[in-house]
Amino acid sequence: MSEGDGAAVIANGDDAPRPLRIVGSAIADRVYTWVLTAFALCIPALLLLLVIALGLAGWPAFRRFGFAFLTSSTWNPVAGIYGAAPAIYGTVVTSIIALIVATPLGVGVALFLSDLAPRRVRQPVAFLVDLLAAIPSVVYGLWGIFVLLPFLRETLMPFLRDTLGLGGTVFFSGPAYGPSMLAAGLILAVMVLPYISAISREVLLAVPRSQREAALALGATRWEMIRGAVIPYAKSGIIGGIILGLGRALGETMAVTMLIGNRHEISASLLAPGYTMASLIANEFAEASSDLHLSALMAVGLTLFVITMIVNGIARWLVWQVGRTGSGRP
Amino acid sequence: MSAASAGPQRSQVLATPKAAVGQTHPGTITADDFSFWYGKVQALHKVSLLIPPRSVTALVGPSGCGKSTFLRSINRLNDVIPGVRTDGLLLLDNTDIYASRVDVVALRQRVGMVFQRWNPFPKSIYDNVAYGPRINGTRDGATLDEIVEQSLRRAALWDEAKDRLRASALTLSGGQQQRLCIARALANNPEVLLLDEPASALDPIATQRVEELLYELKAELTIVIVTHNLQQAARVSNHAAFFYLGHLVEAGITEQLFTSPREQRTEAYLTGRFG
Repeated sequence: MSEGDGAAVIANGDDAPRPLRIVGSAIADRVYTWVLTAFALCIPALLLLLVIALGLAGWPAFRRFGFAFLTSSTWNPVAGIYGAAPAIYGTVVTSIIALIVATPLGVGVALFLSDLAPRRVRQPVAFLVDLLAAIPSVVYGLWGIFVLLPFLRETLMPFLRDTLGLGGTVFFSGPAYGPSMLAAGLILAVMVLPYISAISREVLLAVPRSQREAALALGATRWEMIRGAVIPYAKSGIIGGIILGLGRALGETMAVTMLIGNRHEISASLLAPGYTMASLIANEFAEASSDLHLSALMAVGLTLFVITMIVNGIARWLVWQVGRTGSGRP
Repeated sequence: MSAASAGPQRSQVLATPKAAVGQTHPGTITADDFSFWYGKVQALHKVSLLIPPRSVTALVGPSGCGKSTFLRSINRLNDVIPGVRTDGLLLLDNTDIYASRVDVVALRQRVGMVFQRWNPFPKSIYDNVAYGPRINGTRDGATLDEIVEQSLRRAALWDEAKDRLRASALTLSGGQQQRLCIARALANNPEVLLLDEPASALDPIATQRVEELLYELKAELTIVIVTHNLQQAARVSNHAAFFYLGHLVEAGITEQLFTSPREQRTEAYLTGRFG
């Protein structure tokens, strides 16, 4: 009733009805949509172009060596024989080491900061951990060469090999030079730590207070609350953080190149030097004299790209799966 | 399972001398000049109140008047907030809840709690109910099965849930989830059940079911309910306490408090003049 009256008053007050400017605003709207759509399409297009460029450039190497390019461990520019297996192997192994070391540390730091640390400590510690991500890769490499490698050579490696008696296993056999897959893996662990911990912290803080209170009110200790109520709720996000760290570890170049020893060889021993795809490209692109050499490096680049894509795809799928069904599993 | 059957076990967890438990039905809560501070802000001023067992006591009053603070003091859930401080006595069966020797974890197993917003864990219905017994060390499958069934029956959810115990708790409706939270609290076999506006986010039918449930449960438990809904307080409670600005203004039998309040402020609130 009163609404109708109000409308009547407004209509009366406006003697000349104003024309609606449909045309102008509609055009602006459409241009706006087009421009934004174009921006949005740019990114997949860029990705596609990158794949095409890598594929075209790497094609000669793939055609020449076929599947053996991925499985052969001979990389001999002089003889013109290229096999990327050691680099692929080194990439995977160093990344796995990095995750094994960084996951418990990163998630642990995140739990400490979200649930255990005194309030005054939280911000400063979180800031310091985040700061790890801001250190340039080459600085990590430099620190690795002058601090980590001597420590590994003189302390950690002999300790692992002799004191713990792990030298008998294939993973820790052989001489301890210093530059090794272990060294690269450890430096990668430090580098991915801030990613894992920052994302884990975010998702842990996002766990509703009601979940924590539900557990506490049932007589859970703090640890039982974390294990039974907080972590399950945050699980998918934590996995996402770990996979993001993995993606970073796979592609990290500079620090790894400085510490891994750069040798084309597949060795089960983590104390032995190795190679990664990224460090291979970084080391050799400037010296690639023949077309085939360049093509082989491009092919390595494409392989790295595809592996990273697959890892990220799996990660997305995992997170999606956990988010979808994780809540329903007993 | 009667409330008395688990008596000895309970007195042990709170380290109460058994002889001190005078009541046949444990679960009496006594506040004596109980004050509570959040940092420098005093939320409760010398509250003295006796909450008898085997009945429903409603805490009413306007928002921010200390009802929830008082409720959450009974299971010391306020402890997680930094800077809280108490003074005076708050007793459960003659044991000082805030005594330093009290094991908070054991206390919370004796004093169950249900929240305003239902908060089941993102796990199966079964695992939600079994959570409390499991962290208390019950591992045996058959025992857990029995506890889960009994708790769900007590929360009037068994018939709806028995065929989908392994399904996610989040697939239940809001009202069912709230009853699941009640079942989860009952699985610890507590002697006190605290409810913080348990029905304020539920539709009328789900609310009615929760209220009926409280009516049945009060035969075995001390029930303390915070509610903004005065009709609800009138319907479900035997005793009522009116809080205002951190003070306990008046407490008594619900009917008397609602029909002939002694204090002017109580009457003003009940008749809708403020709050």
